[in-house]
Amino acid sequence: MAVQELEGYHGQVLQQLKKSKAKIGSILRLTSKSNEVFEGTLIPRSDYSDHTHIVLKMKNGYNIGISLDRTQKLEVIGEGEKPHFTKPSPPANHAGLPKVAIVSTGGTIASRVDYRTGAVQPALTAADLASVVPELSSIAEIDTHILFSEYSENIGPTHWKIMADEVAKRIANGAEGVVISHGTDSLHYTGAALSFAVANLPVPVLLVGAQRSSDRPSSDAAPNLTGAVALAALADMAAVGIAMHQDLSDHIVVAHRGTRVRKCHTSRRDAFKSINSEPLASYDLKTGQIEMTNGVPKRDKSRKLVVKSRFDQHAYLIKFYPGFDSGMIDSAMSRGVRGIVLEGTGLGHVSRALIDSLKKALKREVPVFMTSQTIWGRVDMNVYNTGRDLLNLGVIPLEDMISETAIVKLMWVLAQTRSASKIREMMLRPNAGDITPRTLVEAS
Amino acid sequence: MELDEEPPHPLNPEALDVALTMSMLLHAKPMDEIHVMRKVVIDGSNTTGFQRTAVIALNGSIAVDGVEVPLEQVTLEEDAGRKTGDTKTSVIFRLDRLGVPLIEVSTGPIIHDPEQAGKVAFAIGRILRATKKVKRGLGSIRQDLNISINDGALIEVKGVQELELVSKVVSYEVQRQLGLLEIRDELRQRSVKASDIKEEFIDVTSILSGSQSKIVQSALNQGGVALAVKLPRFNGLLKRELIPNLRLGTEMAKRAIFWGRVGGIFHSDELPAYGIDSSHVERVARSLGCGELDGFVIVADSLDNAKDGLRAVVERAREAVERVPEETRAANPDGTTVYLRPRPGAARMYPETDVPPVRIGQDRLERLWESLPRMPEELAKELETKHSLSSKQATQLVDSDYLPAFEEIVARAKGVAASFVATVLTESLRSLQREQVPVENIREDQLKQAFDLVSKGATAKESVLDVLKWLAFHPDGSAEEAIEMLNLRMLTKSDLESIISKIVESNQTMVQENGSKALGRMMNLVMGEVRGRADSRQVTELLRNRLEQVKA
Repeated sequence: MAVQELEGYHGQVLQQLKKSKAKIGSILRLTSKSNEVFEGTLIPRSDYSDHTHIVLKMKNGYNIGISLDRTQKLEVIGEGEKPHFTKPSPPANHAGLPKVAIVSTGGTIASRVDYRTGAVQPALTAADLASVVPELSSIAEIDTHILFSEYSENIGPTHWKIMADEVAKRIANGAEGVVISHGTDSLHYTGAALSFAVANLPVPVLLVGAQRSSDRPSSDAAPNLTGAVALAALADMAAVGIAMHQDLSDHIVVAHRGTRVRKCHTSRRDAFKSINSEPLASYDLKTGQIEMTNGVPKRDKSRKLVVKSRFDQHAYLIKFYPGFDSGMIDSAMSRGVRGIVLEGTGLGHVSRALIDSLKKALKREVPVFMTSQTIWGRVDMNVYNTGRDLLNLGVIPLEDMISETAIVKLMWVLAQTRSASKIREMMLRPNAGDITPRTLVEAS
Repeated sequence: MELDEEPPHPLNPEALDVALTMSMLLHAKPMDEIHVMRKVVIDGSNTTGFQRTAVIALNGSIAVDGVEVPLEQVTLEEDAGRKTGDTKTSVIFRLDRLGVPLIEVSTGPIIHDPEQAGKVAFAIGRILRATKKVKRGLGSIRQDLNISINDGALIEVKGVQELELVSKVVSYEVQRQLGLLEIRDELRQRSVKASDIKEEFIDVTSILSGSQSKIVQSALNQGGVALAVKLPRFNGLLKRELIPNLRLGTEMAKRAIFWGRVGGIFHSDELPAYGIDSSHVERVARSLGCGELDGFVIVADSLDNAKDGLRAVVERAREAVERVPEETRAANPDGTTVYLRPRPGAARMYPETDVPPVRIGQDRLERLWESLPRMPEELAKELETKHSLSSKQATQLVDSDYLPAFEEIVARAKGVAASFVATVLTESLRSLQREQVPVENIREDQLKQAFDLVSKGATAKESVLDVLKWLAFHPDGSAEEAIEMLNLRMLTKSDLESIISKIVESNQTMVQENGSKALGRMMNLVMGEVRGRADSRQVTELLRNRLEQVKA
């Protein structure tokens, strides 16, 4: 008997269940040593649980856990209906609508709940997504692809490269917009990575995620996906954006600029906020209206995509805090770091205790950049002496670039050059709106 | 959690302890491992869209009047927000109760008459109170009743807030189901089949556009329509009263409101009325091809709503031919019920994966077992001896909402007899309630204040009832304010002396004529003035002194 048939059960309980020929979904009758009788469907057990209980779903829907120690008899009295998931057939495409490619990479938006266990499983393909959100077919002609299925905390530079190359492929195949479904935890890092890796975009690329899986009444999966597809199909823009809820209502899906966005809440649906910038565009789910922000690059099919999808991971993002051990910078050096982003306090400061270590790094031509841990605002190292000292050392302030974008950009720049002066120049050269000389009041 | 914007927190350990304690008192067997479930609730009352719920124990029982009543299941749930109002497009909830731990005790399907239902509910409530951990007051203990009769359907009635109502709700529900069965039989006699009732909606906008009906006019003004559907051979049955103020037509209307978001319906048995006159009725009937035995229903609203509303009406009409439909109904304060929603099944329940299962260890059970609260009978016995109460007083206290207050008051209000406190908290409050005084408004701290004032000598014990009565009508006030407003503050000795002097002076003749016999009559006069503000023994003493002075 395959172990999966008794998912999550181990040790003695597993032996007992096997002996009774029980399978997940079997209807069991357990008789306790005090002659109580429990009947229900055998339910898989979480791998994180102990190995001494059996979980049954009673007829009224409730699950109960019964200790094997208390059980004197275990019988299979029937076979329950096998759980199955029937995919609704994808809606027919309407001819003449803009072509949008949906590429799935995993995460909550692409997950569905397993009703037997309640576990959220990343099992929904892009095609499933399109079929459970049928309204998409009235917005665009949808073409779906699974790239990989990964929780976003596991996504890194190698995945960025795969995604960048996929975007290029979809655009080459005629997509008038690309939507990438992605877990939310590292969504903004991927947003920055793609912003740098695919330049001179002819059409928009929208990353989309969901904070709440689609089995929940408060799920944002369908509205976010609808908004992302609508913006990919219809918005007159050509940039990498992240499409998520604007606020707590299912009302507006807003596309943040890939280089200017951050996840600012662990669980709210409006966790993503534009930092030091205005969003690219927004989509009203009720009226279907799209609003664009001034100055966003417009679509232009004649534009030729430039793909530079390599990233060098020898870049460190180091957060300064009171009591920081400057040895961390020394050990970064000994590990062969090629560039450092320091996330300083306030306007861009670190303690004077770091001066010697920084001096050593800079002397060895490892560039050190400064961003701020305040999240919002611009680094300015000319205001206080500490800042001036750091500037004199050669620490390079990154203006209003956010730390997450800075580290991604540094990896991207390092993959292209090893010259300290070139790295410095490329880091400060505005790219995909990552850095601006002026912050608008409305954007902060 | 007010919103689903944050994952649920772990099961509240104190609530779990109370539920386990409760289970033990009900002789139910705690589960070895508690699994929290999500129950999908999308009416808005649970703002997360889920109600978390978990089975704590199974297979309990209690004896009621010598009969062993099985208690199938004890669950611990999150309470829902309570609905405080609605408009056509929105429902308003109060969230003060949302997420409060709620223990649900389900009895086996064994209660055979309405009166027994009430007794069982009372017995369970009594044991709940024994834990002293359950909230008191209207709505904090609610009864959901599952009622079925032979050939009828299982009906769940939610939110019966008062125990006294249980037997009434059951009686009405039996009556309602019998009435529906009668209608069914009559429809069958008229050889109506469910398939005869068709979803064929006729647009009667042009017929009704000239009517005086405000509902129709307002729907049409907003670009809506009036649609009608024929109910073959339903004539006369729509108005048949099942229970007070509830007809088959009402049941259809509630369905239409629920599914069609419409304001209501017009049915042929109640027309002409509401601004729709007989000529309109005739023309609508004609347009539907109605014969004499046929009925019809009209809905005026937006096209989508009107269609959905009439679909619900058709569904309810088909059910009328076949059976009593299974429903979840809400109890009205008079014991009648109203359609709330269709009855949900087990499919709406699935595991709450964000809350890991809780293992109930033997040590936890032993700890709870050792601190098990006493059962009501024991508690009453103890009160009797400890505070020299009568057994009736003690039992009444245990069954009242005021036992914790009683204990606190007796402990702090020195010099106030426990039996007096008991009488006030049971009989006196109840008699005030009978006089329609809203005693449920009185807070525990106000009760304490009132007795404190007696204990301090600031007011007479005879004044307590007046103070409580005043507080019932002034929930924001204090007992101190009450005695001011009611002029019940104890008089000081000098105040009392001057009042006595004044009365004695103005009754000089009587005092002169009657000599020492004047005391009794003077006493009446003085007490009339100072009752509730002075101790009668003190008044007697001061008055006697004064009279002696006068004689001298």
